[in-house]
Amino acid sequence: MANEIAKGPAAPGVAKVDPILVADGVRREFGGLVAVDVEHLEIPRGKITALIGPNGAGKTTLFNLLTGFDKPNTGKWTFQGRDLAGVPAFKVARIGMVRTFQLTKALSLLTVLDNMRLGAKHQPGESLLRALVRPLWRKREAEITVAAEELLKRFKLDAKSDDFAASLSGGQRKLLEMARALMSKPVLVMLDEPMAGVNPALTQSLLEHIKGLKDDGTTVLFVEHDMHMVRHISDWVIVMAEGRIVAEGPPNEVMKNPAVIDAYLGAHHDSDLGADKIAKEAN
Amino acid sequence: MDLIVALQSSFGELITAGTAAFVLCAIGLAIHFGFTGLLNFGQAAFAAVGAYGYAIAALDFKAPLVLSVLFGLLCAVIFAVLLGIPTLRLRADYLAIVTIAAAQVFKFVATSSAITDPSGNVITGGAEGLSEFGGTFYSLNPVPAGEYQVFGNSLTQDQIWVDIVGWLLVVVCALLTYFLTRSPWGRALKGIREDEDAVRSLGKNVYLYKMQALILGGCMAALGGMVFVINSQTVQPTVWGTNFTFTIWTVLLLGGATTVLGPIAGGVVFFTLFAFIQKVLEGLVAIHWMGSLTIPQVGQIRLILVGLALMLLVIFRPQGLFGNKKETLFNG
Amino acid sequence: MTRLRSLAGLLLLLGTVFATLLGGTAASPAQAATCAAADPTLPYIVEGTLLNNGETPLKGVQVNLTGNGVDACVLSDENGYFMLTVAKPAKYTVSIETSTLPAGVGVDPADQASQAVDLTVTSDQGVIFPLGKVADTSVSIWAQLADRLFNGLNMGLLLALASIGISLIFGTTGFSNFAHGDMVSLGAMLTWFMTQILGWPILAAGAVAIVAVGASAYLQDAAIWRPLRRRRLGLNQMMIVSIGFSIVFRYLILIFFGGETKDLGSSTEPVAWMAPITTTSTSLIGMGISAVALAGVALFLTKTRIGKATRAVSDNSSLAASTGIDVERIIRIVWILAGLLTGIAGVLWGLRYQANWSTGFDILLLLFAATTLGGLGTSLGTAVGAIIIGLVVETSALVIPTDLTYASALFILILVLLVRPQGILGKKQRLG
Ligand SMILES: Nc1ncnc2c1ncn2[C@@H]1O[C@H](COP(=O)(O)OP(=O)(O)O)[C@@H](O)[C@H]1O
Ligand SMILES: [Mg+2]
Repeated sequence: MANEIAKGPAAPGVAKVDPILVADGVRREFGGLVAVDVEHLEIPRGKITALIGPNGAGKTTLFNLLTGFDKPNTGKWTFQGRDLAGVPAFKVARIGMVRTFQLTKALSLLTVLDNMRLGAKHQPGESLLRALVRPLWRKREAEITVAAEELLKRFKLDAKSDDFAASLSGGQRKLLEMARALMSKPVLVMLDEPMAGVNPALTQSLLEHIKGLKDDGTTVLFVEHDMHMVRHISDWVIVMAEGRIVAEGPPNEVMKNPAVIDAYLGAHHDSDLGADKIAKEAN
Repeated sequence: MDLIVALQSSFGELITAGTAAFVLCAIGLAIHFGFTGLLNFGQAAFAAVGAYGYAIAALDFKAPLVLSVLFGLLCAVIFAVLLGIPTLRLRADYLAIVTIAAAQVFKFVATSSAITDPSGNVITGGAEGLSEFGGTFYSLNPVPAGEYQVFGNSLTQDQIWVDIVGWLLVVVCALLTYFLTRSPWGRALKGIREDEDAVRSLGKNVYLYKMQALILGGCMAALGGMVFVINSQTVQPTVWGTNFTFTIWTVLLLGGATTVLGPIAGGVVFFTLFAFIQKVLEGLVAIHWMGSLTIPQVGQIRLILVGLALMLLVIFRPQGLFGNKKETLFNG
Repeated sequence: MTRLRSLAGLLLLLGTVFATLLGGTAASPAQAATCAAADPTLPYIVEGTLLNNGETPLKGVQVNLTGNGVDACVLSDENGYFMLTVAKPAKYTVSIETSTLPAGVGVDPADQASQAVDLTVTSDQGVIFPLGKVADTSVSIWAQLADRLFNGLNMGLLLALASIGISLIFGTTGFSNFAHGDMVSLGAMLTWFMTQILGWPILAAGAVAIVAVGASAYLQDAAIWRPLRRRRLGLNQMMIVSIGFSIVFRYLILIFFGGETKDLGSSTEPVAWMAPITTTSTSLIGMGISAVALAGVALFLTKTRIGKATRAVSDNSSLAASTGIDVERIIRIVWILAGLLTGIAGVLWGLRYQANWSTGFDILLLLFAATTLGGLGTSLGTAVGAIIIGLVVETSALVIPTDLTYASALFILILVLLVRPQGILGKKQRLG
């Protein structure tokens, strides 16, 4: 497996055969705290990559930096060969790199359907002047409504489409946020803890959705605590601790890596790594 | 005291252009706050900028009506851009702080006699303000000369003309807002109101939307300002203070900030109550029920009630008197 | 406009009334032998109020009215008010007798000392003479600068006292209080009432006023803000509530104390040995008090347990709560502290500049500029920001008209937001 994805033996910062995202020397400090310090990182195209690490490891901060929501102290990164340092967040999303948030950001006072429509690209009606002339955007609106309804059906939210997003449960909001991110048909989706707070009955279908994305050719990078999930669906795992990347590799190899066990468990060396318990410990 | 008479004359005040002016400002504020979530605490200054712009164009440049109005709007656009550039990338507080500060400073600048044109005249007219700039507007008046009886009030043809234009502008702005807020553009605004980072993550230029909303709502306030001053044909700095701004806020929150009809309904209720309470309080003063309070103090009590109304509305009925509880605007 | 104003009693917040006293201050119009009182029966009126820097009333200044065969004059009363009346509608000239102005005060721009009034279009014409400290050309620019800087430091210290409260409350609760400035007015008005109406000595009056403002702050938190926090009201919502409350607060002060600008009876005698800096003994003592109070706050925040807990809550309130700090108690203490500091600022501001019912609201712009410049939520930054604002506002009078100096604070505010929105000492906010 490692050979398919990486160019060399699995190690932090290993070069990939076909990287979609390449970061170099990305560093972010808060006061004296170094939240992220990534020397080199490549994300493989067309695969599902999991980013794991204990709380406070800097995963969310790294997401924020890569997607333009925060600015690093130093560092450069490219997406499909395009330099992204200093590019504002909305442009990053337009280029095809769309992220979700750890703390769900459903737009409460918009209906579920409107949440979805907002995710779509190329909407002429989103320009102030054209918005006034309905015929200019009616056709596109119909198209995106169809696309939105399809996705909602896939995510089993179609029954809710006319309700305010505020009325959804926490897990449903996660689903909605993910579905909304897919409306723009992104090249790379970055999901920050998509499974957190989703009830177990839904997680299975969520996993299926993520796998389905890969089948459609979308690259996925997701943050997750639960090793169990990670092992099942990811092609590649990157482990962060204290802002650094401490290990990389195919899931089964990474789970055995002592550096990972160290980073993850600290003192609890005797625990068994595939268990759901780990997720709880890490939290 | 005769409550019926008090009510009737309150109703007479309701249909005047003065009410229309506040409603216009409130529709603009609905775009800012109700639909986009922008905390503009200086709406009075937008109205003032429009009014002064209009007056200056009419007096100094001898501009025809349309150009005077456009000049007033242009001033409001520039004002919005100046305030928007430093604040719209930041937390909501900063727009609030900067707008309230700018409104105060605008009053200082308008009052000051320091800014003069080449021939030494104070451009804003200083504390006395500007007057007699309505010629181009009244010369277009199609209403035949005469006295008209409207709801027990006797109005001149010029007053009727101002009232008609004022309310026509309300209708135009309300329709514009209605269509815009039901378009994908309006959807993006509402998304920004709910969570601007989420909207940003979906590839929308949040800063641009906020700027557009600030400008559009500011222009409506500028129109409101012009309507407000055209009846008396005087524009003076003292009018455009915090009371003006927060009367607009109260009007908006009374009617419900997230609806197009809210500002209109709010304006109607507010000014009926405002006039009615004034009459009732004056009546109570006249029969010595209000202790040692004098008539001017009654006006002050009325403002205290406005402040109280603003507080209570935000706390207990954030959706406004007519809004739907589910659509409560504030969600923490 | 009536000259006889009745004074109603004493305001205390939301129904708490400490004392009520009805008194009357009859403004006795100062009439000098050379100028007769205006004949109130004549129908055409020219009136105005002479305010130095737009705030301090000037008494006993002669204003002349000439033209159409009339040559009248009048002296301004203690509120700076003057009124001239004539029998016939015509064009007249109103001029101020600049020799009767206090030393160092002049009409700026000077050509406004004489103004045309047209009583054919109105029967009651208001006239404004822009008055301010004029650059005395005999004094060197350095001496002027020294004077401005010193007075700027004085203003900055007062702003620091008032704005640290905004900053502390923002730090611990996340909410920007737009009703904060009105506590400055309350402090000044209470001091005026106790010294000028009740005749108390200033020390007693000031102390009581400071405690009363502190108590009002406690009441504001207990009656409004704590219940709203418990309801989990959004921060934007709280800001609007604070605006509503500020209107209520301000107009209550107006109703109880009246609208005139109040002189708190502080000395006006310049301290000779400070020349070329013009300052009074009151101001010097006030600056000493401010400096001591600010040092006290700094010690409190850095050395005491409660102070450290306050900073912990400002840093991260849920983390602080999880370490066993009673966050609500800290917030309560912060409100009281903010009230006391703002009370001191109010008393000293009133003594230094005089004050009226809306003084606090008028300086809110400066207070927010100070907190933003320093970094919202950082007390030390706020103090530094306040002193910078004070210095800039005062020294800007050397280059811009005195009635526009507050605009320099807005300018700084916008500049800070453009360049370093987190302020001098602030931290960036975090994103989920
Ligand atoms: N805006 C911020 N200000 C200060 N510290 C921050 C900020 N954002 C994150 N941190 C700190 O950076 C570290 C990494 O946080 P984060 O990226 O959220 O971790 P993770 O997502 O891996 O749990 C943590 O110690 C966190 O407290
Ligand atoms: Mg995280």
